Amino acid sequence: MALLRNILIRLITTLVTLFGVAVIVFVVIRVVPGNPIAMMLPPGATDADIARLQAQYGFDKSIFEQFVIWLGGVVQGDFGQSISLRQPVAQLVLGRLPATLELSLMALLMAVLIGGTMALLGTLFRNTRTEGAVDVTAGMALSIPDFLWGLVLILLFGVLWPVFHISGRISPSLNIDFTTNFYLFEALVRLRFDVVADLIGHMFMPALALAIPLAAIIAQLLKQSLKETMHLDYVTLARTKGYGENHVILREALPNAVLPTLTLVGVQFTFLIGGTVIIERLFSYEGLGNMAIDAVINRDLPLIQGIVILFALLFTLVNLVVDMLYVVLNPRLRHA
Amino acid sequence: MSGFLSIRNLTVHLRGGGPILRAVTMDVAPGQVHGLVGESGAGKSMIGKAVLGTLPRALEITGGEIWLDGVDLLALAPAARRKQIGATAALIPQDPLTALNPGKRIGPQITRRLVDILGWRKSDAEARARDLLDEVHIPDPVRVMRSYPHELSGGMRQRILIASAFAAEPRLIIADEPTTALDVTVQKQILRLISDMQTRHGTALLFVTHDLGVVSKVCDTLSVLYAGKVVENARMRRFFMRPIHPYSAALLAATPIYTDPDRGLTPVPQTVIDAVEREVEHHDVRAGA
Ligand SMILES: Nc1ncnc2c1ncn2[C@@H]1O[C@H](COP(=O)(O)OP(=O)(O)O)[C@@H](O)[C@H]1O
Ligand SMILES: [Mg+2]
Repeated sequence: MALLRNILIRLITTLVTLFGVAVIVFVVIRVVPGNPIAMMLPPGATDADIARLQAQYGFDKSIFEQFVIWLGGVVQGDFGQSISLRQPVAQLVLGRLPATLELSLMALLMAVLIGGTMALLGTLFRNTRTEGAVDVTAGMALSIPDFLWGLVLILLFGVLWPVFHISGRISPSLNIDFTTNFYLFEALVRLRFDVVADLIGHMFMPALALAIPLAAIIAQLLKQSLKETMHLDYVTLARTKGYGENHVILREALPNAVLPTLTLVGVQFTFLIGGTVIIERLFSYEGLGNMAIDAVINRDLPLIQGIVILFALLFTLVNLVVDMLYVVLNPRLRHA
Repeated sequence: MSGFLSIRNLTVHLRGGGPILRAVTMDVAPGQVHGLVGESGAGKSMIGKAVLGTLPRALEITGGEIWLDGVDLLALAPAARRKQIGATAALIPQDPLTALNPGKRIGPQITRRLVDILGWRKSDAEARARDLLDEVHIPDPVRVMRSYPHELSGGMRQRILIASAFAAEPRLIIADEPTTALDVTVQKQILRLISDMQTRHGTALLFVTHDLGVVSKVCDTLSVLYAGKVVENARMRRFFMRPIHPYSAALLAATPIYTDPDRGLTPVPQTVIDAVEREVEHHDVRAGA
């Protein structure tokens, strides 16, 4: 019963949050200067033309009225029509979502692998130069934002030593028809490893740029947490049983040390998703973030709204998954 | 070399600092209970940790020998040392609330090492765990083995840790103040349980405590530790009748069980403290530390 109540509360807070986000975005993008209609029309269009289009998109009504109309559509799954692309917003946004999801999850995977390895090395070789090297590397990685890492990577692996693709999501020359927009996932399922390799070749640098700061945070937090756990009595007891250092770290300390790191990584992952906006632009990666920048440039109000709502929904989902993981991994909460 | 565990001139220093243990020598005979007494901070736990290879990183062994079952542990490579310790000795820790992994069920915490390290079959290890939990009077062992530590009381957890310590039939068990963290009412039961288990399994026991009264009940021999130095090694009877070292005598006088209750307790006199301090310092000078 407690579980059911929790889920219900969660659902309500999510809806309230999304509603709040919708209101703010709706108002802000209509208050800032820039007329979407004027940008659509060729130079020399008459005032009458402008007024006609304004009415067609409902921009002649008050913000409140516009919002009510928009909300009425949303409730039925209709997020309106993109002004610049002339297609339903829902269709456009959901079409791009898989690209951004794949990129973000790849970045998360990289961050966990790199950060986790660094934390483990720092713990295994604690109080030595290796631990110092881990600290310095993590500190440096954190002091540079993801888009600058993107530029550094382009210089390294795109120009000096060109091994990865610097733009796009997939090579146009590849002979494959996708049935979904989850290219990487689909290619894996269909065992088209040539395509997988091409996709990863495109994804590698943007994903790594997004991953580096998060990897540094994971390295620092997890190492600290591991270090504290290594002193606990049950770890010492495991040592007396004849277990070696590797077992003690990986099997006794790590599962418990992960818990305090998890919540923060969840929050940081939502920042990473936010980072896709600039990184996708930098690498011409055809995802939601790249579309968001075009939408802003074109003052495509319905599209901006749709994208922001989707991002907000994504963040809420990430937090939900983190909370669930925390319960699953922590036996003390499992029976509550 | 008379003991199953035989510590010879063991010296431990703070890395780049002063001495923590000063030429400690003591023996634990096979199947016997040896008490290790001394006030808090004397270095009792560090002796146990030195034997079990779990000294804090800030400390280092700077001299001496630790013979366990005829093998000098300090002459072994780390992996071989770990193996020798794991196969012959076990620890009953001080605080049952922190000595069990909060993320694992009780069953695997007892059985895993039997399977992983000693190569037992899983079913054998589980049967063994059930028997042992039975032996330490835990009701419904099967259910308890499926529980997580937080679902059990402190007394239960200490029983589980005792059972776990006996699981691989070690020939030496080190119990480091195994009752101090427990309720007074539970303390007696646990003490009794450890003593019974020791007798039944014929295990040698190094019993670490600051309480001479407890030692008098369970031990055959004892060592008195002061500021990292053993001031007296003795058999129990002789010690209580005729303590040789003035610090031992003073410690006895300060222990309720052997004092006339009407006379009250006599704290260790300052003159004795001063004398033993001089002796300890004198030792450092001799050892060139
Ligand atoms: N991790 C550590 N770092 C530095 N000194 C320590 C550490 N652990 C214990 N010591 C020192 O070693 C001495 C002996 O401690 P311990 O063996 O725990 O005493 P006790 O007889 O109460 O068990 C104490 O003076 C303590 O300050
Ligand atoms: Mg102690």
